[in-house]
Amino acid sequence: MNHQIKRPITIVISALGGQGGGVLTNWLINLAEQCDYFAQSTSIPGVAQRTGATIYYLEMFPKAQAENPDKPPVMALMPLPGDVDLVVAAELMEAGRAVQRQYVTPDKTTLVASTHRVFAVSEKMALGNGTSDGAAVLAMARAAAKEFIAFDMESLAADLGCVISSILFGAIAGAGVLPFSREDFRAAIRAEGKMVEANIRGFDEGCHAAEKSRSDKEQKTSDDRPVGEIQGKANTPEGEALIRRIKALPEPAQEFARAGARKLLDYQDMAYAADYVTVLEGFAASDDDKASCDLSRELARYLALWMAFDDTIRVADIKTRSDRTRKYRAEVGAKDGQIVHMVEFMHPRLQEILSTMPVGMAKRVARSRLLTWVFNKFTGPRLSDTTKIIPFLMLYFVASLKTMRRRTLRYAQEHEEITRWLDRIRAVGTQNYDLAVEIVRCQRLIKGYGDTHARGLGNFHAIMAFVETGGDRVTADKIRRLRLAALVDEDGDALKSEMAA
Amino acid sequence: MAERSFVKEVKKLRLGAGETFYGEGILAVTKGLLQSGVAYVGGYQGSPISHLMDVLADGEQILAELGVHFEANGSEASAAAMLSASINYPLRGAVTWKSTVGTNVASDALANLASAGVMGGAVIVIGEDYGDGASIMQERTHAFAMKSQMWLVNPRPNLPKMVDMLEKSFQLSEASNTPLFFQLRIRACHLHGQFEAKDNLRPSFTLEQALRHPNRQPDKIILPPYTFIHEKQKLEQRWPAAIKFIIDNALNEVFDGPEKDIGIIVEGGLYNVVIRGLQMLGLAGSMGETRVPVYVMNVTYPLVDSELVDFARTKKAVLMVEEGQPNFTEQALNKIFNDAALTCRISGKDVLPAFGEYSGQVTKDGIKAFLEKYRPDLITTDATAGALASLKPTAEALTAAMAAAVPPRPPGLCTGCPERPFFAAMKMLKKDYGEIHISADIGCNSFGTLPPFQIGNTIMGYGLGAASSSAFSSVPGQRAIAIMGDGGFWHNGLTTGIVSAVYNNSDNVFIIIDNGYTAATGGQYIPSSVRSLKQDKQPARIQEAVQGVGVKWVRTMRSYNIAAVKAMVHDAMTSEYFGPKVIVIEGECMLNRERREKPLRMQNIKSGKRQTVARFYVESESCTGDHACIRLSGCPSLTIRPNPDLLREDPVAYVDNSCVGCGVCGENAHAAVLCPSFSRAELVFNPGSWDRVKQYIRTAVIGFLQRRADRKRARVSL
Repeated sequence: MNHQIKRPITIVISALGGQGGGVLTNWLINLAEQCDYFAQSTSIPGVAQRTGATIYYLEMFPKAQAENPDKPPVMALMPLPGDVDLVVAAELMEAGRAVQRQYVTPDKTTLVASTHRVFAVSEKMALGNGTSDGAAVLAMARAAAKEFIAFDMESLAADLGCVISSILFGAIAGAGVLPFSREDFRAAIRAEGKMVEANIRGFDEGCHAAEKSRSDKEQKTSDDRPVGEIQGKANTPEGEALIRRIKALPEPAQEFARAGARKLLDYQDMAYAADYVTVLEGFAASDDDKASCDLSRELARYLALWMAFDDTIRVADIKTRSDRTRKYRAEVGAKDGQIVHMVEFMHPRLQEILSTMPVGMAKRVARSRLLTWVFNKFTGPRLSDTTKIIPFLMLYFVASLKTMRRRTLRYAQEHEEITRWLDRIRAVGTQNYDLAVEIVRCQRLIKGYGDTHARGLGNFHAIMAFVETGGDRVTADKIRRLRLAALVDEDGDALKSEMAA
Repeated sequence: MAERSFVKEVKKLRLGAGETFYGEGILAVTKGLLQSGVAYVGGYQGSPISHLMDVLADGEQILAELGVHFEANGSEASAAAMLSASINYPLRGAVTWKSTVGTNVASDALANLASAGVMGGAVIVIGEDYGDGASIMQERTHAFAMKSQMWLVNPRPNLPKMVDMLEKSFQLSEASNTPLFFQLRIRACHLHGQFEAKDNLRPSFTLEQALRHPNRQPDKIILPPYTFIHEKQKLEQRWPAAIKFIIDNALNEVFDGPEKDIGIIVEGGLYNVVIRGLQMLGLAGSMGETRVPVYVMNVTYPLVDSELVDFARTKKAVLMVEEGQPNFTEQALNKIFNDAALTCRISGKDVLPAFGEYSGQVTKDGIKAFLEKYRPDLITTDATAGALASLKPTAEALTAAMAAAVPPRPPGLCTGCPERPFFAAMKMLKKDYGEIHISADIGCNSFGTLPPFQIGNTIMGYGLGAASSSAFSSVPGQRAIAIMGDGGFWHNGLTTGIVSAVYNNSDNVFIIIDNGYTAATGGQYIPSSVRSLKQDKQPARIQEAVQGVGVKWVRTMRSYNIAAVKAMVHDAMTSEYFGPKVIVIEGECMLNRERREKPLRMQNIKSGKRQTVARFYVESESCTGDHACIRLSGCPSLTIRPNPDLLREDPVAYVDNSCVGCGVCGENAHAAVLCPSFSRAELVFNPGSWDRVKQYIRTAVIGFLQRRADRKRARVSL
């Protein structure tokens, strides 16, 4: 005969340092013990506490079902894949990891997860976009779980001013998998006695959100990109004319073209935006027989980004605007009227100063030892508090140089590069459309300031030189691979080996 | 005060007979020590027994009331040597450390202690750092027990059994005059459960009595001829005495079952996982009632031959569940059964993995494979296999897809860590120099070897960073760098590394990172901490210590000044001076600092005092998503978010609310000439009237100009 096994309730909690996994575990233990259950918990912290995830494992067993209410059953110290009733993950990828470890199975597991992301260092340090595919993880988690309750608990916690653990505790109650009443849950929070009021608030909202999530099966992921809705409208005849021209561009390119034109208007002026649209119009014909219109679309994106190159004028402009102050204050959590100093870390080098000058003047300064010495006085690391009048005025002045931007050395340098790039696209485009699109996309490599900018531009030049001299090896796919290789490491090792391959 | 405070929990140590203790394994062990009448306790912190040291420190008052001496030993070797108090006197003593690393450090003293033998019970509570969550090389303490003839107690992991076995361990130690290891695994240390408490016992013999009436026994000295006598005693007296005690007190347990032709022999610590495996196969009930007989070795060394032979005599096969390698016990079983002329077959590593943790799945599968060999009829169900089969598309496919999608989460330095700026400086230096040979060490500084810094070629042991560069100390024109933390420095690095470097006139560069605590193990005090455990002053300084042993080239520098740190290391690498060059990098552990300062800041804000709180901010508009800043930081609070610009694809850097404003972001932006996106926000709370006046004027002027620019921009739109 087989023993009829009364299973304990088994719970896995995965939380990152600072998310209160330990507190959540204590609440659950209090909850079970006050409801006449044997409860056992254990955890694997150690170095995992330092930015890693801590796994807590709990078992609960009703005293009423034990032969002797003083003798606890044999409880395990670690979860068995396929034997977990409830998995609680305080972050999306930790939910994914629980699925990976096979703790989540469709026969019994309720998965309660926050959909927000705490990015791992490998995702953060990538030279481009190294983030994991959250949507894929969500889909797989949903497929694996018996019931999947997921919402962004981090932002809910932030809104409520409580810790995420209380939202999770509420979501567990809302999931309805534990045989305890809401009031028992609240009593467990009170028994622990820490920040009771905030935690009860978080619990109630978490519980409510979980119930809503259960009835509303289509959840949104938290890492959805902001949608590209273009707002605003033209308020001048020139503007209206430009919008009409944008609307005449291939349809798939219009969204980026509109955003690009707006960006360049903000960056410089209407004429600059019109120059941009003129270039796009010149390429529109190449897309006549292409449904995707990749060339126009990608060019609309990358040409705008290049034309809005980050010069000192741009940086000063951004840092002196009123909406910047508003955004800044909101992000650092300043209260209305609170004094917040904004201390900027800047490190102007002689080349940045020179490139902000008109071409002729820059050359003169570069030639003169005296003038170089004078301007060198303005270089080097400096802190400037833009809430103070003098530093603000200095930046305000630099921002005002916008009117003479077209005459600066930097402008001349950038537009020389842009022209060469466009010529190449034009030349290639007539024979190899896909290759032209890939050449357009290589602009992505040019970004940043100082060494970062130099590295990106160097990689861009290396790929363009390859296009020039690579012969038969120059294919769209090869250029795509080179571009991705350039984003693998800072030292350029991957690009070098891809070049050689 | 350490990272985790047990001030509240230690009250449970006062519970008396008839009361129920609810709490964590570590606390239960401490209670067990007090119930055993220990006279002295000590140890050295390290996962998973760091909290035991914290509990002892926080419970010092209770210990003092009972007349128990607590020593925060300087190293595991110090702790093991302390146990010599039990050689000549009936004093019960207990120490604790992380094993096997701590046991390695302590082994000299342990071997001598084991040779001399003890009069009072001597127990070493070891946290066996093996398997999931372990942070050290994977080895067994079992081998130490065997080579020194010390006993190894490995209780079933539930609090009543753990506490009971701890009490019995002192008796076993005394009955056999042998020190012993009391082994706990990570999960057992952190186990929450309950047990019936007993009254605490004052030591029956006190340290004071010992000092008043010293007892010298020449034959306890580790010199020949006594060492030869000790070896004989171990085999002829202590071992048989231990076996007798184990049998008489039924320390090992048999849980019998109806399927008598097979059986399972299991180390105590693995009992629960074996029962869970049997449950999944429908062969055990929730209370542990099993169909397959199980022999539980709560003492895994020495083996009790007669019990094993009795258990196996009528069986055709047994399964030995023994974690780790080599499989000492399985090998011994073969000899024991052979001597007893048993026909019983022995399974073990043939059906279970040869190495690695015996998790639930692995153990269940091993039991199943054993049954397939000898009793396939017993396999009628497998609960978890059924659950996994219900996964779609398949469990394997899902696991593989998830493995590809889910990024690893390696440990790293905490938000605001003072070691981050140092490693950033080193990474910048590496950019200038190319690769440099760097000997790394154990502690938070070990994380410097991981992304994003990847600084360090070897880790040889706690405090051994300096010593591990010694082979490279006389290459003309080339210098190696050795790094160690302050914890490792005091643990042994001063003598093994610095003194040795002075003596050998090493030309290398030695960097000691002084964060004020053994931070990695939870922030325990060390001799150079700002405060100490027993007195409110800093007793020792690292710079003075290295000067005291003859180092002439010593510099001390605050870690957050990245450009200066970089320049100083460069200076040491290129200096004309021949001889050891020591740089002390100072910066208090941010976890500890914030724990002290944050409440003060909150208090100031609440009470109306002027208070500035700093944190960093990244300009999304000017951030281009290259993340060079992150590659020099890895700070948890410096993260990324989707680019708000529709046209840009790469996520932008972003500082979240956990930022403590340590300043590294700004220093990096300056030292590495990163980008102008970093800004330090200084939030002023309770400003004074002069603050308000200045603010009024500034807002008026700046606001006017900003509004003018806004109006100008608004004239055209798209």
